[in-house]
Amino acid sequence: MQISEPTRIIDKDSLTCYHCGEPCKEETIAAHEKSFCCAGCKLVYEILEENNLCNYYQLNETPGSTLTKKASTARYDFLDDEKVRQQLISFTDGTTTNITLFIPQIHCSSCLWLLEHFYKLDSGVKRSTVNFLKREVNFIFNEQETSLRKIATLLNQIGYAPHFSLDNLENKKKPLSNRKVYYKLGVAFFCFGNIMLLSFPEYFGLSDVFEKEFRDLFAYLNLLLSLPVLLYADTDFFKSAWAGIRQGRLNMDFPISLGIIVMYGRSLYEILSGTGAGYMDTFAGLIFFMLTGRLFQNKSYEKLSFERDYKSYFPVSITVIENGNETTRAVSDIKPGARILVRNEELIPADAVLLKGEGNIDYSFVTGENVPVAKKSGDRIYAGGKQIGATIELEVLHEVSQSRLTQLWNESTLKKQESSEINSVVDKVSKVFTIAVILIAIGAGIWHSMADDLPKALNAFTAVLIITCPCALALSYPFTLGNAIRILGNQKFYLKNTQVIEKLSAIDTIVFDKTGTITVAGAADVNYIGNPLSQNQINSIFSLATNSTHPLSRVLADHLKTAERIKINNFEEIPGKGLGATIDGIKIKLGSANYTGYENTVNAGIEDNATKVYLSAGDEKPGHFIIRNNYRPGLAETISILGAEKQLHLLSGDNDSERNNLEQFFGKNGNMHFRQTPADKLNFIADLQNRKQHVMMLGDGLNDAGALRQSNAGIAVSDNINNFSPACDGILDANAFKKIPSFLKFSSTSMKIIYVSYAISLLYNCVGVWFAIHGNLSPLFAAIIMPLSTVTIILFTTLSSTIAARYHNLTA
Amino acid sequence: MSALFLLIGISLIVATGFLIAFIWSVRKGQYEDEYTPSVRMLLDDEISKKEEQKP
Repeated sequence: MQISEPTRIIDKDSLTCYHCGEPCKEETIAAHEKSFCCAGCKLVYEILEENNLCNYYQLNETPGSTLTKKASTARYDFLDDEKVRQQLISFTDGTTTNITLFIPQIHCSSCLWLLEHFYKLDSGVKRSTVNFLKREVNFIFNEQETSLRKIATLLNQIGYAPHFSLDNLENKKKPLSNRKVYYKLGVAFFCFGNIMLLSFPEYFGLSDVFEKEFRDLFAYLNLLLSLPVLLYADTDFFKSAWAGIRQGRLNMDFPISLGIIVMYGRSLYEILSGTGAGYMDTFAGLIFFMLTGRLFQNKSYEKLSFERDYKSYFPVSITVIENGNETTRAVSDIKPGARILVRNEELIPADAVLLKGEGNIDYSFVTGENVPVAKKSGDRIYAGGKQIGATIELEVLHEVSQSRLTQLWNESTLKKQESSEINSVVDKVSKVFTIAVILIAIGAGIWHSMADDLPKALNAFTAVLIITCPCALALSYPFTLGNAIRILGNQKFYLKNTQVIEKLSAIDTIVFDKTGTITVAGAADVNYIGNPLSQNQINSIFSLATNSTHPLSRVLADHLKTAERIKINNFEEIPGKGLGATIDGIKIKLGSANYTGYENTVNAGIEDNATKVYLSAGDEKPGHFIIRNNYRPGLAETISILGAEKQLHLLSGDNDSERNNLEQFFGKNGNMHFRQTPADKLNFIADLQNRKQHVMMLGDGLNDAGALRQSNAGIAVSDNINNFSPACDGILDANAFKKIPSFLKFSSTSMKIIYVSYAISLLYNCVGVWFAIHGNLSPLFAAIIMPLSTVTIILFTTLSSTIAARYHNLTA
Repeated sequence: MSALFLLIGISLIVATGFLIAFIWSVRKGQYEDEYTPSVRMLLDDEISKKEEQKP
């Protein structure tokens, strides 16, 4: 992960904002010999200038983020609420408080610099430390001199609004399990290195009588040094093996544990009885290598979260009306009967009844249908909707955790548990492997005991178990897939864990969500071609379009949103044709060429993803709008490559008005399903799976969350990976959308690499077993073959997966 | 040969010292964030003055 420089295409003729680099479109504020696009950017500059923090602008050009889009009206009153505060802060002794805030805006070194110099802006802050990858800042501040609310407000003012969500409140403590892996690795390495050093004399021969005392000393020192490895570093393997046995499975950790125990037991016997040097060096080395593999496999993208649920989307606080006064309350404290105020663009946190105001609720977050629903007072409004327009007053019906949305979530999360973690290749291989090894060991023992050579029988039996301890075998999977997950990460495809790659390699069916997944979220491109329109005409078109819920009308209305709404009469909407109304005595029509009277126009339909909307005003025919659906670039190509090998489906929460456009991608008889509720999507995937299909789901919103969970590999497509995405197995940056075919092929190649490396490590095992059966396994031989096979596997897997990435054009 | 006992003892003590240093570094959180320090060290408090003098 590199720091991305803010790259923006700058038009040389127009002025760009000194703060954020956006072109100054609507207004230009000239101040301090610089130009700003809005008052917000200027204000930030002034704050920084006043405090001598203009370094911010020297480190990177235009490092700021524009403040125009996000109205900086966020309220942080709730941070004064003692209960909320207690849940957010990590530590306080009454005066000094320590808190970690998540600030999604952090994107470059300027951000880092400014936030770490925050004490210059607020003298109450003692220290602020940025964690760049997690986009978190840890503040230590003095309660007497400043407050959490002041810090949050100031951060918001300078364009670094901290993000608070309900999730923050409920799971504040983050596990530090990663540290344990480092401790264990350190201990194992320390012991391994020293044991190796002390074992060297033995390899070179210490048979002389004079050196007998050294041999004993070294052996006992080795024994001592091996204790921390046995008692601390390797415990995870035993735990995992035991957990496997309890579930009736022989996982890879079982033969490992078996090998470790036998190896340690025999070494202990040899040292204590003075009959040999034991295999302590092999033992410690084995644990060290396998812990390395584990660390390598556990590559995680810390700044991304794959386990989000509705709580991450919900606000922390909401405005409540109590005894006629407005106050803010934590969302989790809202009780049925409470009266809440929801402002423009705010999320409704609980099922409620509308009391006052005009509800215009956008449920796209829940259902994917992006047409807002109008609600009147007395109507029921479900949690998860977003109010668009004026402030509304609601009476809460259920607590947040009891709302319909929450229940949907809980339902869909339950199902995943059953189907996960089974049928991994590793499990299948380890089962066969374990049984084979035990049979060979027993066979070797019996063979020698038939020759009445009991010590040799025991020797051969234990030697087989020692030499087959599947270190190399166990490392094939983590090293191949650990490398693969990094390669995919560099290509902006972030996976939750290595198992997802295995699942991806088996995919035969791909299900796409429409909005936000194969289309770019946000408005489509609108161009007008024809005679110039008067302001009056623009107002008419706008007013006409706002009366319709057809997606094209919504796009037009959004495009013309600066226009004024005027009174219209005789509104009519003819499905499949267009809209019409009388405005100022003139009949205005918007719609197909046929409907508006453009008979001569040849191509009235679709042409390279574009739809034309014709305009007529009375007898005049001023021109038409070209609306280009913002499908993802390269969509057609991607779909056709994928369609050649996999079964494709499209699921959309929207209505089927775009069916014609989508047919060019998915074909006339394409598997397209419209008006799907979140539950429908989930069931659709489950049906496919019942037909033994391996399904990959590509989705984006919470409405896909159930389907993403249900699918074998649920991938969230996101325009900005730091935005919130639903719980999933992987997050795909939308820019990498067209690489999906390569990603899938690369996943299958990775699995093939694992098979080959299994073969290689088995070959090593065969050689080892040959010596072991004959009872000739010397400690030196074990000490050579074990690291040799391990290094071979590490080199083979990492090199070949890197070459495979190059072959599939997945190099940076 | 008794020098060897002493040397082995010393080598173990040195190695243990490194192990303790490693554990200390993990405990201090040096492995929690492996990226930010690499950027932070490049940031210089004085650059604004130098840069502004250039033009």
